[in-house]
Amino acid sequence: MKSKKPLIPYAIWMAIFVVIPLIMIIVNAFTDKSGAFTLDNLERIFFKDPTLRYNFLNSLKIALISTVLCLVLAYPIALIMARQKPSVQRLLHFLIMLPMWMNFVLRICSWLLVLQPDGILDVMLRGVGLLSPGQSNPLYMTETAVVLGIVYNYLPFMILPIYTTVAKIPRSLYEAGEDLGCSRWNVLKKIVFPLSVPGVISGLTMVFVPAMSSFVISMKLGGFALMGDIIDNYYKGTGGDPHLGAAVSIVLMFFIILSIALMNRFDKDDDVVLA
Amino acid sequence: MKKLTSIVLALAMLLSAAALFASCSKKETLVVCNWGEYISDGEDGYMDVVAEFEKKFDCKVEYVVAETNETLYSLMKSGSVAYDVIFPSDYMVEKMAKEGMLAEINFDNIPNYKNILPEFKGLAYDPEEKYSVPYFWGTVGIVYNEKLLTPEDLATVENAKDFEILWSENYPNRIMMFNNPRDAFGVALKTLGYSQNTTSEAEIRQAAAKLKEQKFLYYMDEFFTAMPNDSLALGVYYAGDYLTVAAENENLKFVIPECGTNIFNDAMCIPKNARNQTLAEKFINFMLEPEVGRDNAEYLGYSSPNAAALEIMDEEIKDDPVAYPERKDSWEAFRDLPEETNALMRDLWAEILTDNK
Repeated sequence: MKSKKPLIPYAIWMAIFVVIPLIMIIVNAFTDKSGAFTLDNLERIFFKDPTLRYNFLNSLKIALISTVLCLVLAYPIALIMARQKPSVQRLLHFLIMLPMWMNFVLRICSWLLVLQPDGILDVMLRGVGLLSPGQSNPLYMTETAVVLGIVYNYLPFMILPIYTTVAKIPRSLYEAGEDLGCSRWNVLKKIVFPLSVPGVISGLTMVFVPAMSSFVISMKLGGFALMGDIIDNYYKGTGGDPHLGAAVSIVLMFFIILSIALMNRFDKDDDVVLA
Repeated sequence: MKKLTSIVLALAMLLSAAALFASCSKKETLVVCNWGEYISDGEDGYMDVVAEFEKKFDCKVEYVVAETNETLYSLMKSGSVAYDVIFPSDYMVEKMAKEGMLAEINFDNIPNYKNILPEFKGLAYDPEEKYSVPYFWGTVGIVYNEKLLTPEDLATVENAKDFEILWSENYPNRIMMFNNPRDAFGVALKTLGYSQNTTSEAEIRQAAAKLKEQKFLYYMDEFFTAMPNDSLALGVYYAGDYLTVAAENENLKFVIPECGTNIFNDAMCIPKNARNQTLAEKFINFMLEPEVGRDNAEYLGYSSPNAAALEIMDEEIKDDPVAYPERKDSWEAFRDLPEETNALMRDLWAEILTDNK
């Protein structure tokens, strides 16, 4: 038997930074200010507070739209990347990673400089005559701008896993398909896509999960709050209610775990088919 | 071999930690918790106040920064910190005093308290002058960009009766509002003609409806970049911070509406669990020295309640109508609100931010 000693520091780390905070959130979610057990917080989220319910559905909607858009954009990019020479592939890989070296709040603030009134976009559109002087683009402070921000921010998390799986598909499989009379479209549909499903699944999870709990992006580019901002609101300040904030996080966590479980099911089923 | 290296490293770490403690114990230590950018730190030729104090009293100052009154409060409530001097605002002094979190200051140790102007002593947040010494005060007002406003709006805002101009339709996505419930509700309540300290649910709901009427950019520190770079036409912020951005963009102007505004007082207090109250009192006394008060005020742009400091202050700063306006009766300081009122504002705040479309 292998020694388990090397795992001990890791276990301590996990206990301090993952398990204990999680227990604190769960305890908070099911207690009231006096510390007594209660289901009021959850009841309020699901039945009593139209703001929270609306906010949750809106966050879900924006996360779903952003995730689908990411997939639509990322898949062709991953395919094109996988077909390049290795040196070009490495360069593209590097370029996609590059923005992620910067803090995401900073990157969203640069979008602000692009979108804001008299910002870079306005100057460009006025230059080519699409906007008259004094007019501003209709994008800033809308849901569309928020979706744009989320897609921009999480696109690499979709491209990279898909690229990794697509790049591993041997050229001979494409050739075999074409030899046997498949159109290029059918090669893509019947050979490449099924083999890339694991990458697609992990891409979907890696985009949907953070998009669902995203914060700052919506306040900065859309002016309105999503679930993440609401948790923040209830956790800080006088009159704040960390118990409600914790309950909101628990609900969010539950839905995220559910979605991951669902996607993983697809993943496994496909493995069986391929095997 | 590896084991030996790690043992040696661990020992070295322990020793250096011990050395650290040993050097600390020689000198007295004072833990000061202030707001960011809220003390003269030796820049622009002004005094490095903390270093100067350390030299004069041969002690070590551990200087930490908190973000808001609310974070300071939760930090202290959690019991995980022991500060010697803190700088809470008026309503927070009141709340902390009420909850027994503040030590009574021994004013015999603070002879410079006589430098404080009488109108800043014994205010509603500390009527018996037991727990706090005023540090700075300031107002909230409309900040506007002369270049971006229409002539009619410019005329209106120059003689603003209330904050109504912030609800103008002429500047879509170019008007900012405080991104914290207390300040934002204060502006809306004042515009509706109510007190900023109202506990009436109806009035607060009306103020929330008022805030929802406009699509604001809810900003705090973003003010410092968005206001000077001409992307905002109108906003509402603190006078001292206006002076900071006005230095970068000469088109920015500041006005306090006739309906009145929030006047805030930040004070120096000593928490009950302070480790070194005597040294803390020495620190507070030092902050009230005329030269220290002057350098802090000139460097920060906030308004000083210190008469002795004002006497030796640069005339131009002292006569600035933004920093030292004539005080009016319609100005209100925040009071500590009951728990239900704060909770109501917090819930309505979530609603306002969710619906801000």
